[in-house]
Amino acid sequence: MTTGTVPYIPAVEVEERETYLNVSGKIRSWLLTRDHKRIALLYLISITFFFFIGGAAATLMRLELMTPARDLVRPETYNRLFTIHGVVMVWFFLIPAVPTTIGNFVIPLMIGARDLAFPRLNLASWYLFVFGGCFTVAAIVLGGVDTGWTFYTPYSSVYSNTNVVLTIVGIFITGFSSIFTGINFIVTIHTMRAPGMYWRRLPLFCWSLYATSCILVLATPVLAMTVTLLAIERIFHVPIFDPNRGGDPLLFQHLFWFYSHPAVYVMIVPGFAVVSEVVACFSRKRVFGYWFVAGSSIAVAFISFLVWGHHLFVAGMSMYGGIVFSFLSFTVAVPSAIKVFNWTATMYNGSVSLKTPMLYALGFIGLFTMGGLTGVFLATLAVDVHLTDTYFIVAHFHYIMVGGMVTAFLAGIHFWFPKATGKMYPEWAGRIAAGLIFFGFNLTFFPQFILGYLGMPRRYAGYPEEFHLLNVMSSAGASILALGYVMPLVYLIWSIKYGKDAGPNPWKAMGMEWTVPSPPPKENFTKIPVVTQEAYAYHMMTPQGGDGPILPPAPPGERVEGGKPVDVEWSKQ
Amino acid sequence: MSQLTALEHDSYPAEQFEDTQQQSLAATLGMWTFLATEVLFFGVLFTGFYMYRMRWPDAFADGAKDLKWYLGGINTAVLLGSSYFVALAVEAARSGDRRRIVRNLLIAIALGVMFIGIKFTEYGIEYHDHLVPSLNFSSVSPEGQPRATQEQIFMTYYFVMTGFHALHMIVGLCVLAVIAFFARRGKFSAAYHNPVEIAGLYWHFVDLVWVFVFPTLYLLRHP
Repeated sequence: MTTGTVPYIPAVEVEERETYLNVSGKIRSWLLTRDHKRIALLYLISITFFFFIGGAAATLMRLELMTPARDLVRPETYNRLFTIHGVVMVWFFLIPAVPTTIGNFVIPLMIGARDLAFPRLNLASWYLFVFGGCFTVAAIVLGGVDTGWTFYTPYSSVYSNTNVVLTIVGIFITGFSSIFTGINFIVTIHTMRAPGMYWRRLPLFCWSLYATSCILVLATPVLAMTVTLLAIERIFHVPIFDPNRGGDPLLFQHLFWFYSHPAVYVMIVPGFAVVSEVVACFSRKRVFGYWFVAGSSIAVAFISFLVWGHHLFVAGMSMYGGIVFSFLSFTVAVPSAIKVFNWTATMYNGSVSLKTPMLYALGFIGLFTMGGLTGVFLATLAVDVHLTDTYFIVAHFHYIMVGGMVTAFLAGIHFWFPKATGKMYPEWAGRIAAGLIFFGFNLTFFPQFILGYLGMPRRYAGYPEEFHLLNVMSSAGASILALGYVMPLVYLIWSIKYGKDAGPNPWKAMGMEWTVPSPPPKENFTKIPVVTQEAYAYHMMTPQGGDGPILPPAPPGERVEGGKPVDVEWSKQ
Repeated sequence: MSQLTALEHDSYPAEQFEDTQQQSLAATLGMWTFLATEVLFFGVLFTGFYMYRMRWPDAFADGAKDLKWYLGGINTAVLLGSSYFVALAVEAARSGDRRRIVRNLLIAIALGVMFIGIKFTEYGIEYHDHLVPSLNFSSVSPEGQPRATQEQIFMTYYFVMTGFHALHMIVGLCVLAVIAFFARRGKFSAAYHNPVEIAGLYWHFVDLVWVFVFPTLYLLRHP
């Protein structure tokens, strides 16, 4: 192959090309779009809105906890704040975060498809999300809800006099948006792969989102029906969970956690998805143990359905039930550890470059490990009795969800931002924000491990004097964290207009999404590509294995498969 | 053949698909995945029901005795009959016989409406027997037998389970009506009949849910 036959895509276009962004500028064309890339952006705007609502509630809570006395807000208000924070962050940010934005955008590009299998359903799921969000925002505006995001009965179904039903309706509707997204991804990954995109060549991002979709499809209906039963009991005063009339409140907890524990993995497995891509790209190496990383996503999804009981260790469960759930919870550590070790092994001997997405990915690996290991403490029956419902729990799941998922989300946003917009953000700003977030996060939540160990219970507006210092540290960290989160919002929006042109593949990454121009055209590919190599053939990219331009897709048959580098002369023109 | 189909249906296959086979594969898999969701949706109700049945066996057996098992039985036959005609409609669609699709679907719809009618008649009888929790549940039956408090849980589950099933029936009836309408307009042929099959899948699923609901609620009459 000579240089002349290589179709070279110039970084700077002379004429303005038609992209998915400029194909039509009318509001109508956005609101009625069936293009997965535009729907991804609609989702991104919506979840960012909810992120800042949830963040505002968290800010008020941290301000209240600056002092031991209950002085800033009344305890009733504090209850509403942590409920709003939980409900909004879980259902309106964390669960949709990576799948509906990044997943929506890149899955069809990665597997060589023109769109998801059901574009109308995709748009419908966004409308359901917004519609459900309206109910939840209405519940907040009308005075909030004070049950905690878990809605434990009988408080939620009999006693609480806040907007429980309105919030539940919002969650129910949003649940269907998740289910539709899950169905769409499962069907897309099964049926829309380009010729040659065998399962063994599927990017790990798609494997993880496939696992996530399975959880969404199988767990979300359980939540939908459970909260429906709760709403029925509350509205019609019929006995379902009410212990006064023979009902069992524990049944609600079992059903709720049968959904919510798998949902916890919906809030982390997409993070694995992003990190696998980012680590491979910035280490210039194929992912170590592809099958183990892919299989561990499926394993996490499977085990997630078997461990819900560890949320009920102190709620009234037989000793044998406790032992079984404790053991099963330990097994989650195995696939999680496989991932962490394999990412580390991927970096080993790679040429690691610490670009912004990689900084976030490294942060993810560290914080997720911390969160995961403290999870082992909590899976241990005897230790859990001491630590449950203390700040140790709060710190543990924030290390997973914020330290893990939000960090991975930002890694993904920074990684695919040039693809979505065609522009680069200022790298220095990205690095500063990544550093601020990592530092702020640890300052916020590490003291909470100690607080919990010392016995400070969660969900209280006040606390004894001796916890003051650690709480002040936590609040100080939260303000740094908040600054870290606002920064990307500012410089990313700035970059859309003023950023430098990124070109089709600024990271010299593998993956089919990088073979199309940035921003991609509406139909993604002018001709459906034929896949001839594995997903992470970084070792095949250039003769040196270093920093060359990406290999343009070769006609089938010209590329040697199976790990042997292809002899190609490169010209940077 | 696919060219002919493309001429007949200008948006077939839809733009995101490469060919018609891919489209029908995707649509069918989508429905199966959705049905998996539905299984879990109803699964919550069965789990709770059986847990409470083990806890309150006497109250739940009395509850089952208060239901009209013969009405439930007739409904089972009616629904299985409608599923039979939907299966015939799918068979007709495969051979491209438009008139037989429409005819079989209309019979299936009629049977489905009959099911709903019998179901609501039953609800009326239960209202008369003072069996509706929070509305008029009475701790004494019309025959003077005392009723346990926990029978209210049974009746709540009865109304929720059959209610959600009826809701699915109504959705299914609308789907079948739309399919019948399009079949009459000649939208389906031997080459393109996947929507008929998918609507059939959904209908059979709703039928199958009833096959589990009926014995669970009506037939467990002994503690």
